[in-house]
Amino acid sequence: MRRIGVFICHCGSNIAATVDCAKVAEAARGFPGVVYSADYKYMCSEPGQEFIKAAIAQEDLNAIVVASCTPRMHELTFRKTLANGGLNPYLFEMANLREQCSWVHTDKEKATVKAIDLVKMAAAKANKNEELTSSTMPVHKKALVIGAGIAGMQAALDIADAGHQVVLVEREPTIGGKMPMLDKTFPTMDCSACISTPKMVEVAQHPNIELLAYAEVTEVKGFIGSFTVQIRQKAKYVDHDKCTGCGLCETKCPSKVPNEYDLGLGQRACIYKPFAQAVPNKPVIDPLHCRKLVDNKCGLCAKVCPTGAVNYQDAERLFTDTFGAIVMATGYDLYPWEEIYGEYGYGRFPDVITGLQFERMVNASGPTGGKLKRPSDGQEPKSVVFIKCVGSREPAKAKGYCSRACCMYTAKHAHQVLDKIPDAAVYVFYMDVRAAGKAYDEFYEATLKDGAVYLRGRVSKIYQEGSKLIVKGEDSLLGRPVQVTADLVVLATAMIPSQGSRELAQTVGFLPDLDGWYQEAHPKLRPVETPTAGVFLAGACQGPKDIPDTVAQAGAAAAKVCGLLSKSQLETNPMTARSNPAICSGCGLCVAVCPYKAIQLISLADRDRYGKRINRTVADVNHGLCQGCGACTVTCRSGAIDLQGFKNNQILEEVDALWR
Amino acid sequence: MKYAYYPGCSLDATGIEYDIANKLVARTLGIELVEIPDWNCCGATSAHTTNHLLALALPARNLAIAEAHGFEQVAVPCAACFARCKKTAAAVQASPDLQVQISEVIGMTYAAKSEILSYLDVIGKKTGLDHIKKHVVQPLTGLKIAAYYGCLLVRPVDITQSDDPENPMVMDRLLQVIGAEPIAWDYKTECCGASQVVPVPQLGKKLIHDILKNAASYGADAIATACPLCMLNLDMRQKQINAMFGTQFHIPVFHFTELMALSFGYSAQDFGLAKHFESAESLLERMIGGKGA
Repeated sequence: MRRIGVFICHCGSNIAATVDCAKVAEAARGFPGVVYSADYKYMCSEPGQEFIKAAIAQEDLNAIVVASCTPRMHELTFRKTLANGGLNPYLFEMANLREQCSWVHTDKEKATVKAIDLVKMAAAKANKNEELTSSTMPVHKKALVIGAGIAGMQAALDIADAGHQVVLVEREPTIGGKMPMLDKTFPTMDCSACISTPKMVEVAQHPNIELLAYAEVTEVKGFIGSFTVQIRQKAKYVDHDKCTGCGLCETKCPSKVPNEYDLGLGQRACIYKPFAQAVPNKPVIDPLHCRKLVDNKCGLCAKVCPTGAVNYQDAERLFTDTFGAIVMATGYDLYPWEEIYGEYGYGRFPDVITGLQFERMVNASGPTGGKLKRPSDGQEPKSVVFIKCVGSREPAKAKGYCSRACCMYTAKHAHQVLDKIPDAAVYVFYMDVRAAGKAYDEFYEATLKDGAVYLRGRVSKIYQEGSKLIVKGEDSLLGRPVQVTADLVVLATAMIPSQGSRELAQTVGFLPDLDGWYQEAHPKLRPVETPTAGVFLAGACQGPKDIPDTVAQAGAAAAKVCGLLSKSQLETNPMTARSNPAICSGCGLCVAVCPYKAIQLISLADRDRYGKRINRTVADVNHGLCQGCGACTVTCRSGAIDLQGFKNNQILEEVDALWR
Repeated sequence: MKYAYYPGCSLDATGIEYDIANKLVARTLGIELVEIPDWNCCGATSAHTTNHLLALALPARNLAIAEAHGFEQVAVPCAACFARCKKTAAAVQASPDLQVQISEVIGMTYAAKSEILSYLDVIGKKTGLDHIKKHVVQPLTGLKIAAYYGCLLVRPVDITQSDDPENPMVMDRLLQVIGAEPIAWDYKTECCGASQVVPVPQLGKKLIHDILKNAASYGADAIATACPLCMLNLDMRQKQINAMFGTQFHIPVFHFTELMALSFGYSAQDFGLAKHFESAESLLERMIGGKGA
């Protein structure tokens, strides 16, 4: 016989303001099996948990209901309380009086009635709950980091420095991501390449890091501690073991195309390294433009290569490896403003560029050697307009969120223009100046002192008049329309999740948020974890970030990975599905609905009702893969599959309790 | 196709040639326009700056009459009338209370069920460019035209359902079909100043000047409009603009239906080309050998 204790939490005033907690506790005493009930201000606090433990001992309780917040928040907390109090943690049941009651209602009387019902259901289930025990599974002590920008490199280095093996996968021909594209970093104005390229070298030389550039993750199976991952190494057409990186092929290649690394401002050969300090510092061939690969003509690079490293027959290669943990570090892209900003010319005006193009231009190793030039005629711009929030904070047109880094890099750009072109006029159109980092606001103030003119308002139109750009906007502080004649316009375009990141999330097994950013497991308490155990987040793939925040988050993700890899085995979740072969007909409906591919059909030796030996097909659940979602249990026609902790009879008991 | 036609006050007065050309084009294309009987002023800019309910009730009465006669679609040639009608329909659709109130004020039921279309959309979106092309006997080959939409046909976009509030193309495509060459320019949807020219001439005239200047800078031979007030501002005031800014603009301005009528083989005498302030004679002489004039 169950002796149930019911504990009603006020959650400060979160619940108590809308639900009469004492009344709920009182009502609970009348429910079947309930021998004790109480209410308390913060059940999850230490005194609250001690209170539960004391009640378990004093009242000889053998099942517990806590009515408080969502199980996502504190189910684990209270299971531990039960364990500390000497009970099996799965004899715990939670009723959600906060998210499902007090937060969504205003009428206290009616909310209290509903709260009583919710507790009644939880108590009914507590009557049927069973003791469950975990088993263990091994942890493969190797981490996979996807994306080798500053986030991925930092996470890989931190994990590797802790003594664990890391495979770092990067889809571009070089690691480094966007950071080496930048010229200087705010607010210290230190050279971006000088602090990022040594990290690239460190990654390449680290004994614990295996670097796979120009490769992509194509399939992920398994679960925390044991992910089986398929990786596709793209065809490089250059044997990097033979290649010395001398660069002769690049200089001789006759075909030139716009360089992605310079965002179309410069050109590259079709056998190329994205930039001079690329890692690996060896070229690949662009198969879409190489004349040999497209038309079977040319072949010059193979002729000039002194080591015979060029191999036009190279093909992509698939291989698999097993990892205990995965770090997502896929970064960001910039909003394709040309598609929606008709008022800025839909990309028709060559002298309207993005902030990242500006970075390439102002970068000493960029296409103009660090000289600011108008893309249209190569002239030095004397009047430069910056427009912030292009695509950000614009829910009607593009994205509602703030991209966080633009206020600062625009202040930096304004400063750089005034620094390089002393007689230049610089105008910044802004909505707000958000400079909430260490030494950030001081930097912005310094830019104002440099002479940048900040105009609070949006730009409504840009058009070309002769060689000049006319920028029309509003100065909302003066309440007047303004018009600026500019030589160059720089747009601070919104950050968006990097191309293909949504598909990659599906491959790895979790869902991004509505904007496509990778969703953390909890916005405050689990910021670097995903809801999928063993998969962690680093950098801008989780949301717009600047470099300091990205590096900090990458370190946090690495710490989590190290914590996981420091264990040799993990406890499994016992709340998984079990199939009863005696009543399973082997129809296979459960196999089709299982999102984790945890169920397979097996052959079972049996006897028919005449005693004749037969082989029956039945469903079999892999408890390592099963995540306990319950999709199979509702699909099963005969009720052969049941989910531990959410058995059919337990759930029906809750439903019954509601009308009893 | 059959439409309820709401000419509005302008097409009875300053924009009379727009009305004539609209009807010629409709006749050619087999579009039946039935003028809403006993229509009243839409309230234009005056009503909505004085009384919100009045501003909704005035267009609602016209639309209710059209509904009572069983029309599912209403064609509105004037951009300001169009904006007022669309706003009224949207407001009534959004609020059942308002619908009751408005119906009470106008003394008849207005259900806001009919589709309200600018005359530009009737021709450019509902008629079919292939059908129009069949009637072109005098293509306006080589005529570089700046298609000018102004503000009220395109904004706010959730009310007007414009194809693109920053770079609309409906009129451009029509001009292409009749053989002309629509130019890509920057002032398609800038405000012409509307009635501001009267109370604040220095502001209003500047707006007109900027439009003319931008069209001229792209080598426009002419400007096409779809609004009687835009037409009036751009056509009638060029002389004043030239005096104020020391410019030499002489850009013929047309209602888009006038250009269509020309391409359909009508002569300038068939509609009101002579009523324009900036003469189009020499342009038409050059264009189509004077057949239009």
